[in-house]
Amino acid sequence: MPKIKPPVRTPHIDMTPMVDLFSVLLIFLLLTASFRPQEAAVITTPQSISEKQAPDADLMTIFIAKDGKVFFNIDNGRDTSTHFRSKLLEKIGEQYKIQFTKAEISKFGTMSSFGLPIKDLKTWLNSKDSKEKDKLQIGIPMDSTDNQLAWWVREARLTNVGAEVAIKGDADTDYKTVKKIMDLLQDNKVNKFNLVTNLQKQEVNLKDLPPSAK
Amino acid sequence: MAEIIQEEKGKKGGKRRPKKHGTRIDMTPMVDLMCLLITFFMLTTAFSKAKVMVITMPDKEDHNTDKNTPQISAFRTLNILLAGDNKVYYYIGMIKPKEAPPALVKTDFSKDGIRKVLLDKNRDLFTKIAEYRDKRVTGKIVVSDTTLENEIKRMKRDDKKGPIVLIKADEKAKYKDIVNIIDEMAICNIASYAIVDISQPEKDLVKNAPK
Repeated sequence: MPKIKPPVRTPHIDMTPMVDLFSVLLIFLLLTASFRPQEAAVITTPQSISEKQAPDADLMTIFIAKDGKVFFNIDNGRDTSTHFRSKLLEKIGEQYKIQFTKAEISKFGTMSSFGLPIKDLKTWLNSKDSKEKDKLQIGIPMDSTDNQLAWWVREARLTNVGAEVAIKGDADTDYKTVKKIMDLLQDNKVNKFNLVTNLQKQEVNLKDLPPSAK
Repeated sequence: MAEIIQEEKGKKGGKRRPKKHGTRIDMTPMVDLMCLLITFFMLTTAFSKAKVMVITMPDKEDHNTDKNTPQISAFRTLNILLAGDNKVYYYIGMIKPKEAPPALVKTDFSKDGIRKVLLDKNRDLFTKIAEYRDKRVTGKIVVSDTTLENEIKRMKRDDKKGPIVLIKADEKAKYKDIVNIIDEMAICNIASYAIVDISQPEKDLVKNAPK
């Protein structure tokens, strides 16, 4: 007996629910997106149980890379019309007798972290090549003869009085470097630091108490 | 569904028309595009905001005047020396120049390491806080988050038995060691701790410590 063949049809999958789901996801992501700022160095932060969130504005961050390079970042403030970054650059320019053009100042205002000696700042701002830019990022000098980081911190404190200080250090940085920076900050009357960490939950309950020795 | 079903009609008419298909829109490219966009957004968004751990250091200037340094009893003092490489040493009391140096005990950052020591020392306060938290979780008391925080703060302030921990890091210590140990303080609810500079006798102790 010949088999009864059903007519061959190309299977058609209805993609509509999939499209719906994707749209929902996409809209959600678009609305919640806050873009990750570009960072000059890869920093793996240490882990802690702290659940406190970093303030999202009025924050000055000092990045410490694994090799001890130091980067600095400050935001424009909660009210973006304050333009703290531009003001800061002007002040630093005055301090180091470097004249920045208007374009350079406004460009600096839109950028994020940086880590280079002040004398290279002009080249860095005008350079178009990102590789060349990265080469200039050798960390902010902080030796005792020319402690530029101290100047940045001091001027930033004067520009944005309410700014909090966060330290984002790599887990494997030497404590010596971190200590140096903390001392520098304390010299500038910053006694409260926010150490940026990764959340890692750890629960300790009563039953974890070691048996008493009595 | 993205197809338009059209009724077939007019079969009786003399003209033979080509059979009409329902128009189906191929959604695959759209799905592809959406996938790409979603991946892009997922990778570029910083979903969880960075978490921070707040430490407050004493003001340097009053630190230098010796008169202000509070006198702390020696037996309550727990000195933790960080030597890098997951090595933690601790001793109780203080180093006095003319006496034999206190014995250094080696431990590490594991669950049975320094945490056990801290929990053991801080038993009273830890139990108190944990019981308070338990009561809240089980619903025996109903308090708001801020009240809980304040209550814990008050308990910490009133605590007279717990250890006073002095954290000292030597040259080999890494940043993560400091973060880890401050974290342990938070886990074990230590009421008072401070990060202080390591002294020369302590450096020697670490150097000669059992490996």
